[in-house]
Amino acid sequence: MSDPTVRVAERVELLAAETSEGAQGLQSRRSTNKDELGREVGAVLRQSGLTLDPNDVDYERRDDETMIINMGPAHPSTHGVLRLMLELDGEFVLRTKPVIGYLHTGMEKTGEVLNYVQGGTNVTRMDYLSPIANELSYSMAVEKLLAIEVPERAIWIRMMMSELNRVASHLVWMATNGMDLGATSMMIYGFRERELILAFFEKTAGLRLNLNYVRPGGVAADLPDGWEDDVLVICDTIYERTFEYDELLTGQPIFRGRMIGVAPISAEEALALGVTGPVLRSTGVAWDLRRSMPYLAYDQVEFDVIVGTYGDNFDRYAIRLNEIRESVRIIRQCLEKMPSGDYRSQDPKVTPPPRARIDESMEALIHHFKLFTEGFHVPAGEVYSAIESPRGELGCYLVADGGPKPYRLHVRAPSFVNLQAVPLLMRGGSVSDAVTVISTVDPIMGEVDR
Amino acid sequence: MIPLSPTAPPGVVTSDALASDVGCFPTRAQYLALVRSFKDDGFEMCVDLCAVDYLEHLNRPLPDGVVGTRFEVVVNLLSLSKRQRVRVRVQAGDADPEVDSLFDLYPGTEAMEREAFDLFGVLFRAHPDLTRILMPEEWEGHPLRKDYAVGRVPVQFKEAPGPR
Repeated sequence: MSDPTVRVAERVELLAAETSEGAQGLQSRRSTNKDELGREVGAVLRQSGLTLDPNDVDYERRDDETMIINMGPAHPSTHGVLRLMLELDGEFVLRTKPVIGYLHTGMEKTGEVLNYVQGGTNVTRMDYLSPIANELSYSMAVEKLLAIEVPERAIWIRMMMSELNRVASHLVWMATNGMDLGATSMMIYGFRERELILAFFEKTAGLRLNLNYVRPGGVAADLPDGWEDDVLVICDTIYERTFEYDELLTGQPIFRGRMIGVAPISAEEALALGVTGPVLRSTGVAWDLRRSMPYLAYDQVEFDVIVGTYGDNFDRYAIRLNEIRESVRIIRQCLEKMPSGDYRSQDPKVTPPPRARIDESMEALIHHFKLFTEGFHVPAGEVYSAIESPRGELGCYLVADGGPKPYRLHVRAPSFVNLQAVPLLMRGGSVSDAVTVISTVDPIMGEVDR
Repeated sequence: MIPLSPTAPPGVVTSDALASDVGCFPTRAQYLALVRSFKDDGFEMCVDLCAVDYLEHLNRPLPDGVVGTRFEVVVNLLSLSKRQRVRVRVQAGDADPEVDSLFDLYPGTEAMEREAFDLFGVLFRAHPDLTRILMPEEWEGHPLRKDYAVGRVPVQFKEAPGPR
């Protein structure tokens, strides 16, 4: 006698019930309301005169003419555990609904039980391809509440590391995007080049990923001896190799065929959906927080904001490729202009004393002890700090109540918001286009689900 | 401080005492009309929407004329043309937090409002698909509420017997 509650192949309905996300999933058309149906078919602009076109929604289409299938959560092209439920008519996508939460680990809740010193180790794990950006946004929020000054050298180190991280992140994107489109060599090359940057991160911060390098008050460690040579090698190598990518991908007929004109989005739609980063810039909106609302020392370096025209896959690709070049340009300027001085604030309430001071100063010992047991207190208040991460606007909304831990830590994750553009981009395309859409939107599930 | 647009509902409390941005404190009734006036005024994008549970700080300092409630919904609007941000903090209620959905104005708030509903139990009137988004469908409670104990619910391996 077999146990009727144990799932076996014959009891498909048990299996289906167990993997079902209930109301979170894509429902049949009959049980979906008009607004939601419009959203799933990618009708975005419904306000101020631009109304939903009923013909676009196929109200008349019957459920038995179409098929709902799952793409993910374990599909290789979904870059993590993104699950897309697609309604297909043959090979063409009619409706899409992303089902997320498979990587939800309650990081915002965890943020409330870690103190401000420990907080960096938490946020750095959100967008695991650009840890520096996460730490930066968090640290800037804490610093705003503390109202402390960060030394000039720390600002420039932060900027250089952010740009190195942007290059690394875009390289992984180039690699996985190539992989999705069948350009397997790009996969190898992208990861090979990124390794240079990760090796430099390891030399500087001790870790390759999840660095916890940018901390409230400055950075964790000064740049290592001879860093100029390392960074110069990175700049030269990667800049040169972006032209190899051009040869490998940009002019490649199959690649172009799958990218050009596929999955366009208009500027109005992108703005309405709150989409930021390369996806927004691909529509021609020159919005880059580094230029528009400068933070760190971005107003003291020269770089171009790369914008597209058509908002299609190819524009998003071209923007990321050229942003690598612009980032290299910024890194070179950091190399030239790097000021000397402290790499972290000398405020003893925020920064631990140097190891040698602890042996000779009672006060230093007390500060050290307080900092690593209780942490520092942050004045009550709330703040929103935003930076341009490789994926768009990464915001940190922090509510402090005067204690040593954040009362509420909310991260505005660009991937989470950008993912809402997926139904729009998928609409009318084939399943093979769906793969390129996921790739060019570039969602990082660690950040989507937090 | 920016002046509110003439189409804004009368009597909205504003404050520039926040650490970075201008803050507005509409009532629940004023909320939708206020955000609409901002949208008409050139705030093209709603970058962020989240909720905060002020259970431990019910008497937190707020500008005069604002009655604090346990739940607050915080909206960050961005104007690309003016390069300006504005923060709207609406007091969403105590036991039955509910505010209007911004979906009609900014379709991009759909996922953010679902997240606020999922993690805080704040209801959004006229939201097209107010379901859980990060937590599993059968989850009980709203985990980011302050009275939701960490570790209260055991890890769910459904076929494993007994408590752990």
